[in-house]
Amino acid sequence: MKKLKQLPLLFGLGLLAWAGSAAADVATALHNMFTLPADTSAINTKAVAMFFGFVIVSLGITFWAAKRTKSTSDFYTAGGKIGGFQNGLAICGDWCSSAALMGVAALIYSTGFDGLIYSVVPFGAWPLMMFLLADRLRNLGKYTLADIVSVRMARVPSRTLVSSASLAFVIGYLIVQMVGAGTLISNLFGLNYEMAQVIIGVLIVVYVAFGGMIATTYVQLIKAVLLLSGATFIVFLVLQKFGFSMNGLYQAAVDNSPLKVGVMQPGVLLPDPVNAISCGVMLILGGAAMPHVLMRFFTVPDAKEARRSVAWAASLIGYFYLLTFFIGYGAIAFVMKNPEFLDAKGVIIGGANMAAIHLAKAMGGDLLLGFISAVAFATIVAVVAGLTIAGASAISHDIYANMLRHGQATDAEVMKVSRIAALGLGVLGIVLGIAFKGQNIAYLIVLPFTISSTVFFPVLFLSMYWRRLTTTGMVTGGWLGLASAIVMLVVGPTIWKDIMGHPEALFPYKYPALFSISISFVTMIVVSLLDKSARAKAELASFDDQFVRSQTGLGAEGAVQH
Amino acid sequence: MEDTYRRIDADPEFHALSKRRSRLSWALTAVVAFSFYLWIFVIAFKPAWFAQTLGPDTVLTVGIAGGLGVIVLAVTLTGIYIWQANQHFDAQNRKIVAHAQSEPQT
Repeated sequence: MKKLKQLPLLFGLGLLAWAGSAAADVATALHNMFTLPADTSAINTKAVAMFFGFVIVSLGITFWAAKRTKSTSDFYTAGGKIGGFQNGLAICGDWCSSAALMGVAALIYSTGFDGLIYSVVPFGAWPLMMFLLADRLRNLGKYTLADIVSVRMARVPSRTLVSSASLAFVIGYLIVQMVGAGTLISNLFGLNYEMAQVIIGVLIVVYVAFGGMIATTYVQLIKAVLLLSGATFIVFLVLQKFGFSMNGLYQAAVDNSPLKVGVMQPGVLLPDPVNAISCGVMLILGGAAMPHVLMRFFTVPDAKEARRSVAWAASLIGYFYLLTFFIGYGAIAFVMKNPEFLDAKGVIIGGANMAAIHLAKAMGGDLLLGFISAVAFATIVAVVAGLTIAGASAISHDIYANMLRHGQATDAEVMKVSRIAALGLGVLGIVLGIAFKGQNIAYLIVLPFTISSTVFFPVLFLSMYWRRLTTTGMVTGGWLGLASAIVMLVVGPTIWKDIMGHPEALFPYKYPALFSISISFVTMIVVSLLDKSARAKAELASFDDQFVRSQTGLGAEGAVQH
Repeated sequence: MEDTYRRIDADPEFHALSKRRSRLSWALTAVVAFSFYLWIFVIAFKPAWFAQTLGPDTVLTVGIAGGLGVIVLAVTLTGIYIWQANQHFDAQNRKIVAHAQSEPQT
């Protein structure tokens, strides 16, 4: 057991050492940070003005929230006082990252119909989360995912697994967001990449360390409102050009695209069924169990409000993804043949990821461009803040308060560790963002989703639905699944062949999730069934109490006190 | 608290409610999952079905309409689940808990 306790620490130190060596050229980074780009005419003053507007408002909210963040419960879950509607908007904010706006538009722009698959995938994940997890999570949870698991399981081994996986998830996702943000912001505002990293990092630390979950929630909320209204406005302007005829828009896209009618038809995105199924399972199970999203269920007072927030979130996210159907095809209709957005070779300036941004300019000029740029920035900042608070909770609540101090730490001590953790994650985000500058980030998103689908989903699902799950089974399966996922990713085509330059990959599939999830589930079940220890018997017996609590909400955190 | 849990666990009403709730959850999950995977599998294995247009004078295809349909269906079913839970399950749940708490402590 002693050894297990050291694991997260070793893991963190290893990661830091690796990040440190990757960012060896700190001097160059610092130099770049304070050098203006050669072409200062690229700076869009309207965009910068709106960006400052957002920063000032969000800092004002943080100041207000800081005065209300007195206890750890305020810090982690806003005291469980967020209303269903607000929380629904915030979940929508967590879910719709910049990838949803710009990435989906880019995919539709480049591949037509196949890009739509990514607009529909979230609706394979949502039902799992809503119908099977939401109520029970609210009734069992307190601050983090590990709290749910340790209702019935042994505290130290279960928290070691879940908190280490949470940190790996948060850091992996953080890199994707930071690198994406740096590229985006240097394109939009004419700022240089390193400066963009520092600005985001500093803002996040201020929001999370001082304003905790209250500030994070309100930043998410503002971002969701901005994102939905911005997207609605673009779609309104696009459809107006065609007298609000959906067919008119799609006809224009067909005329403009080199694919012609092919732009409306399924293409060749899914040539390899094993990879396709593995990728689908990863997105669906992984998407249903992301810690920074599930954590939001603990910010509402009871299961009823949790359901209300899911209803709002589902409607808003559904509405948003319907809009992407129009934004993507709108970009084909208005950007693809417009010389203003193309370089000398006829390729879209800034890459396909800029398709939605260019569309905003084509529809509403510099003002709308500035607005959408500010929205994209707010989107990134909000998602990074959500990730940071999830990571800070894993460090301070799971690792520090529960594992190192065995629940004996005072509220003030835990708060201090939370703030230091937020600061540490912010700095780590900046360092990793700079270290991974210019890297292909598409493969990095596979890591957090593989972790989420391989560890969090099986752990949560089995601990709530399967009586026979024991700590030993869960921990063995979780670690084995995690290890196998990492090994398969490393020796797979993306890292082993494309990055490390070996001629052949040792593992043939880009997406190992199908295999790692199976390893995780099967090991958990087999080891649990073989586990005849006294602890296993006690855990089995406590299932009934957990079941009653998960169904009735009696004894749930933040429920009516008796 | 443990006593109350035991009493609730011994209440047949509680198990009937749990069963109704879980039957609804799984049924809705099955419907959404079925329509979602149907859409994906047609794209993967029978793309020609989705390439057809909805009519002679439109470019909109069956595939696009199907994708919009999956999203609308998922959101609608969420609404149904929440409506059921708020209208019926919560009230029955409160009754069961109140009943268990009103019994004399043993």
